Amino acid sequence: MHDLQCESLVKRFGAYTAVNSVSFNVPRGSFFSILGPSGCGKTTLMRMIAGFEAPSSGDIRIKGKSVLSTPPNKRPVKMVFQHLALFPMMNVGENIAYGLRCRGENKADIGGKVARVLDRVGLPGTEHKQVSQLSGGQKQRIAIARCMVLEPDVLLLDEPLGALDLKLRERMKIELKQLQHQFETTFLYITHDQSEALLMSDNVAVMNAGQFEQIGSPQELYNNPKTGFVAGFVGDSNRWSGRVVSLSEGKVRVAIDGGGEVTALAGDNRIAAGGSVEVFVRPEAISIGGGRDEVLGGTVESLLFNGASSRILVRMDNGHLVEVGQAVMDGSVTVSPGEKVQICWSQLHGRAFTTAR
Amino acid sequence: MARTDVGKLSFILLFAPFALWIALLIILPQLGIGYISLREKVGPGEYTFGFSNYVAFLSEPIYWNTLLRTAWMSILVTAMALAVGFPVAYYIAKIAQRRSRAALFLMCLIPLWVSDLVRAFGWIVILRETGLVSSLLQKIGLVSGPVELLYNDATVVMGLVYTVVLFMIVPLVSTLDGMDNSLIEAGYNLGGSRLTVFRRIVVPYAMPGIVAGCIIVFMLTAGSYLTPILLGGKNSMWFTEQIYEQFVTRYNWESGATFGVLLLVFTSFVVWLGLRLTGQSLASTVAKD
Amino acid sequence: MKSKFALAATTALALFVANTDANAETLRLLTWGGYAPDNVIKLFEEANPDITVEVTLSNNEEMIAKLRATGGAGYDLAQPSHDRIFAAQKEYNIYKPLDLSKVGAASLDANLLEGVKANATIDGELYAVPHQWGTSGIVADISKAPNVKGWGDLCNPEYKGRTSMRLRRTILLGTAFGLGKDPFALYADKAAYQKMLDEVTDTLIACKDNVKTYWNGGDDLSTLLLSGEVVVSEAWDSTAFKLYGQNKNLVYVPPETGALAWIDTFVLPRKSEADEAAYKWINFVMKPEIVKLMSDSTGAIAAVKNGIDLLPDDKKAAVKAAFDDKDLANLKFFANIPAGLEDMEGKALERIKAATSN
Repeated sequence: MHDLQCESLVKRFGAYTAVNSVSFNVPRGSFFSILGPSGCGKTTLMRMIAGFEAPSSGDIRIKGKSVLSTPPNKRPVKMVFQHLALFPMMNVGENIAYGLRCRGENKADIGGKVARVLDRVGLPGTEHKQVSQLSGGQKQRIAIARCMVLEPDVLLLDEPLGALDLKLRERMKIELKQLQHQFETTFLYITHDQSEALLMSDNVAVMNAGQFEQIGSPQELYNNPKTGFVAGFVGDSNRWSGRVVSLSEGKVRVAIDGGGEVTALAGDNRIAAGGSVEVFVRPEAISIGGGRDEVLGGTVESLLFNGASSRILVRMDNGHLVEVGQAVMDGSVTVSPGEKVQICWSQLHGRAFTTAR
Repeated sequence: MARTDVGKLSFILLFAPFALWIALLIILPQLGIGYISLREKVGPGEYTFGFSNYVAFLSEPIYWNTLLRTAWMSILVTAMALAVGFPVAYYIAKIAQRRSRAALFLMCLIPLWVSDLVRAFGWIVILRETGLVSSLLQKIGLVSGPVELLYNDATVVMGLVYTVVLFMIVPLVSTLDGMDNSLIEAGYNLGGSRLTVFRRIVVPYAMPGIVAGCIIVFMLTAGSYLTPILLGGKNSMWFTEQIYEQFVTRYNWESGATFGVLLLVFTSFVVWLGLRLTGQSLASTVAKD
Repeated sequence: MKSKFALAATTALALFVANTDANAETLRLLTWGGYAPDNVIKLFEEANPDITVEVTLSNNEEMIAKLRATGGAGYDLAQPSHDRIFAAQKEYNIYKPLDLSKVGAASLDANLLEGVKANATIDGELYAVPHQWGTSGIVADISKAPNVKGWGDLCNPEYKGRTSMRLRRTILLGTAFGLGKDPFALYADKAAYQKMLDEVTDTLIACKDNVKTYWNGGDDLSTLLLSGEVVVSEAWDSTAFKLYGQNKNLVYVPPETGALAWIDTFVLPRKSEADEAAYKWINFVMKPEIVKLMSDSTGAIAAVKNGIDLLPDDKKAAVKAAFDDKDLANLKFFANIPAGLEDMEGKALERIKAATSN
């Protein structure tokens, strides 16, 4: 059963197409993210679901029922805004009670529901606090509580962590996931931050230029990107452009611009001999030394220590700068800047995609 | 040490014009008016002091009726200016394109480019019996003979609203402009109808602008002179006119000053009352009802 | 670059002009609209290159209020009506005596000079000389109201909603005359005057329904009459004469009880600073060729001998059409207002204004 279904959604602003034929289904109770760079149309998509924009064509169904003719204040979809949009002239309790009062519930019920939802988001007894007295994380939770108290079918979240500082953001990611789990409500989360999307989501849709590039679990996206855009946007990647030398059994031999040849898996079926492609290899797949399928020579340029995500920057002989991430800084390999080294990775970890025009 | 001296000096330099302005242009004249209002004339050039001017005001129904009438019509004008100004301000601040906003704002300012007098005459030309509206109505056959649209209270109120509405729009636009659109969207999203969003989110948010606009408009209206007199014709009774009459036509500075003090006190009282009342309604909006 | 130079040049020029100005004398006139027309000022400044004329337009009440506020400073020559000098001087001491020998008294109309002398002499000192005179009466559109005779016609129900008046003391006095009283004779007896005022007030309140609106100045009076919205109105003869020039149906009617006559004078404010220039102006505007220009602008008659003959031709025709010798003999010159009466009159006017009508 799907809580939210979008079918061939299109939104045009004049000659500009913001959302171009987007279809997806969000299963009940799952955490679904839409990941894309700013301007890719994800906010427009969300505003259509919330009812603030009418689609040019296509359909939106919630629990199987089209909501196109339902005005925004009647849709079973609630939204946490980018800057939260807590009402500054109301205190915490009134903010949460607002939706219940709009629904015309009686006063006694409202008080109880407000107290319960505050309890669930871990801020019991804060009804009479002013919004301005809350910390960033608390505001976040109130904004979610304000929606959840209405028991929506789908909760939309529009980059709600964007305004928080880094540390708090890290913590809120986990907290959000827990809240989603606790409320068992479908979350539709919009972000341009791939780490947020990967960390929290059951499924992620990567959006670019108004279209979905790929929908899948975070692992699928990370390990089996279907397009060059996804490969480049999700997670870190080294990226070299080059030309196809030969193609056989799903493997491509690519002459890298500037020199050197590598073999990688063919990422799409448009690849043909002589065509220009981009090769993506994740840093953590590359290690210093020889002994694997692909070996290239270079010079260590600098060491970037950052605990588990430390990197060695190697300037290859063909001029490209490569991030090397595997098995470094654990003491097993010692290199220093200026040193001539070889880097290697398995063919299975390289992926070639036709260069987007 | 030198630093704090410089700080002090610049503070004094910045504060002095303000203090001088307050003292010389506001406090001093008011004190003068207050002083004259307590003076009683006993003969040419001879004066004693007392409250007889105030007693004279209270014992003459024409005077306090005029004051009450002025206050009541000013309140009406303020309410209408709010009713007219709010949608305009809302449109400018929230609906109009960024680019056209300045132009719209400028259009609101246009009436201020001509003097009060010219504006009033403009209305006279349009509304008089042989004026534009009257002849138009006759031409399209709505009325059989010429109609006089001047010289009544409705015209005075309309003329005043026209004159002061800008002073309502400006503070409203600036408060509404500072309002995040997502507050309104959140209001709808959480299930609010148009009315609920307006009543519980837009209005409380704009309250500081509404209060500021109302105070300015009320004070301007109560203190206006030309518009009510020119448009009101034979039945115009405006308190400022009484003050002018006392000062200029009747050479009675004492009673003119008394009227001036009373106008200030009374309008201040009305504003205070209004603040108290809106303060309460603001509180009741915030409290659960 | 060019404009910058031009700006600098203009600034320098302005400074230069301002400088020469500072050396010259300035004559600050406080007067009525039309009493200092541009062409006369231009001729005067040509004849007296060291004098610059500055004009402030006003009316009787404002002139006195302004001079009272400054104790008679700020202006060098003022022009109140002859009945507004005595009491104002007694009360506020805002004028100073003037020297008749410096004025070409010989060319002044003897009757008017005597009238002013009688009103504006305090402790043996003369404070004013006459300049222009005129009357207040009725103007009527004879095509629509051919039978207008006097003040009472303003309240004639035949012209309901088609009359106008100026709610000032003139209409109180006119109405009193229309009711067969002589207000000037009652000036001395306050109680009797109040009784008369009460009667006048009641009449005018009852009349309010008949009145379309009260006019405030010559301009709105003209518009009301020219548009045909008003057919009978209290009016200054000068305004009426101008209207006659535009519409021959608009005729000035001296009320049968006598038109109310006023004389606008020259007085020196107590703290004036350019007496010589002031006398030069007074004598200048009494020259016959200037009188013509002046009367053309004021619409009133100069207080010089043969003042009527010196009117421009069209005005002369209007005056001749309005006044015959009997009317001229029947003029009622305003008498000095004793202290306290103005207050009584003010109250009466307030009551009329406050009375409700439809």
